[in-house]
Amino acid sequence: MRPPSSSPPTTPRVSATFDQYVLSEIRRAAATGIYDIRGAGAKRRLPHFDDLLFLGASISRYPLEGYREKCGTDVVLGDRFARKPLELKIPITIAGMSFGSLSAPAKEALGRGASAMGTSTTTGDGGMTLEERLSSATLVYQVLPSRYGMNPDDLRKADAIEVVVGQGAKPGGGGMLLGQKITERVAAMRSLPIGIDQRSACRHPDWTGPDDLQIKIEELRELTDWQKPIYVKVGASRPYYDTALSVKAGADVVVLDGMQGGTAATQEVFIENVGIPTLAAIRPAVRALQELGMHRKVQLIVSGGIRNGADVAKALALGADAVSIGTAALVAIGDNDPALEEEYQALGSRAGAYDDWHEGNDPAGITTQNPELFRRLDPIKAGRRLANFLAVLTLEAQTIARACGKSHVHNLEPEDLVALTIEAAAMAGVPLAGTDWIPGPGRV
Amino acid sequence: MPVVDLALASVRDLNAALHALGPDTNETHWQVVNPRGLHAIAVGIDVPVTVEIDGHAGYYCAGMNKHACVIINGNAGVGVAENIMSGVVRVKGDASQAAGATGCGGLLVIEGNASARCGISMKGVDIIVKGNVGHMSAFMAQAGTLTVLGDVGDALGDSIYEARLYVRGSVKSLGADCIEKPLEDTHKDQLYSKLEAAGIAGEVDVAEFRRYGSARRLYNFHIDNVAAY
Repeated sequence: MRPPSSSPPTTPRVSATFDQYVLSEIRRAAATGIYDIRGAGAKRRLPHFDDLLFLGASISRYPLEGYREKCGTDVVLGDRFARKPLELKIPITIAGMSFGSLSAPAKEALGRGASAMGTSTTTGDGGMTLEERLSSATLVYQVLPSRYGMNPDDLRKADAIEVVVGQGAKPGGGGMLLGQKITERVAAMRSLPIGIDQRSACRHPDWTGPDDLQIKIEELRELTDWQKPIYVKVGASRPYYDTALSVKAGADVVVLDGMQGGTAATQEVFIENVGIPTLAAIRPAVRALQELGMHRKVQLIVSGGIRNGADVAKALALGADAVSIGTAALVAIGDNDPALEEEYQALGSRAGAYDDWHEGNDPAGITTQNPELFRRLDPIKAGRRLANFLAVLTLEAQTIARACGKSHVHNLEPEDLVALTIEAAAMAGVPLAGTDWIPGPGRV
Repeated sequence: MPVVDLALASVRDLNAALHALGPDTNETHWQVVNPRGLHAIAVGIDVPVTVEIDGHAGYYCAGMNKHACVIINGNAGVGVAENIMSGVVRVKGDASQAAGATGCGGLLVIEGNASARCGISMKGVDIIVKGNVGHMSAFMAQAGTLTVLGDVGDALGDSIYEARLYVRGSVKSLGADCIEKPLEDTHKDQLYSKLEAAGIAGEVDVAEFRRYGSARRLYNFHIDNVAAY
């Protein structure tokens, strides 16, 4: 026992640098000798849409009546070259997530929810399933480096084609689907043995660089008789150049995914330390489009951390034509539900923090190939929940747009925004609130 | 026999005409002249016709082919017969990089040499190269066969899955997890049948080949194997 001291005790101090999470990760690494793999996107605090505010109409601006005056939400994607561009009722799409990483009922639910709201969903690294094609009125087919399950019939069945160069959670990285999720059906679709770890390449096998990409896009257009819009998806790292090069390569649509965008399975160190925040990526991409005279001609879809209608409205105000949601869509259909708290704790996690999507033990039946688990997910009810969520996002974005005097959500503009922090002001290119100062070279 | 002159018609015209054919078409033999290295020639054919291309083709010639027989009487650019599903693609000259990449079925015959990454991520196609192939060939090859009558460059079969590789000449080096395996009679029979399908069974003795495939050590990630990645 420590002898009594006459001096007051010092409160034990935890390091801000070596916080409890950091300490636990050091211990875990020392015990296992392997990096941590998890799903989802960056969890660290980042400059984000929360750091922006809208300037509602006042004497100098004329608002629209919130419940009576029309505020359009429709968007056309891919009318640069494609004979059959997509005509969506709302500017919120469902991001690419594979069958394999997600269960078949989850893919079906995403299709049902998106279709009910007149928007699109997207395949992923593993090919197109019958369930998602049948349940998705508008389906975007991803062409990924692995080409798992790719065939010309599915490309022709798709409504658009998305050439995936990278994703926000891991620009420059490939993927890994652990063996426990490589069931007989998943293995057959990917031409792989059952139960092995499936690695997805980080580079496409048959093209390198923007000149090759242009020819690859030409091939895809020839294959589909120039009917399908061709998207190019990039992870946000050098958005100005990637957008410009995608336009040069002939993309109809550029999909820009910030580092908050989710992944099925990637190293924690990669997710948290590679790429840039969504907020920082939009304006350089829009600038590239504007300088090329292609803004609103080549559409820009922004993803990574879109959670509510305010985020949708802010992304559109900064120049996006549409947004895409992944993590929020999974939460809407039941991921990380507090009702499953006990089961999450049994897996060493908790509701709201569960991200071991790659292990295939998801009690919500979403990120699993275990029949006992995925049968828990009712795709009809889950689809309804997603449709409800998409409806709320749309209503919220409309509410803000009307308050800013806009008869269409695409009429929102940077002038409608201010920033709460200098960082956000610099990234978004809008004034710090209460000032007319936009940080950055050449800005006033 | 339809003849398409790509000095007069566009690749779009050619492909649209080929895509418009039904499975019972009487126009079963097409000739393409003046290809001049154009890209995406004869992409996405889905009917059992023969297309002969008289000259050199650019990128992705006969990409995603199904059922058709495409003959290139010249050289082929990057990604010839990429993601081929079925049918036959025959290159009478040399092929550039990524020949037969991600091919899922069918047969690709290259009578000359193939450059780097021949058969990369192949998923069931049979590829036969009469000459040599470049480095990183059969990288992440999942299924099918790659047969090389000549020599092979560095890192053959790196990170290979279940594809089978037959090489008659030298191999500069093997990639991660790719090893030589015994050439049993069943393999000789398989190899002979592939050569026979390519029309060259009598030209070489199958006993002269060596077989390579996956050691399957990297199928499930283990930290003790990290140096192999």
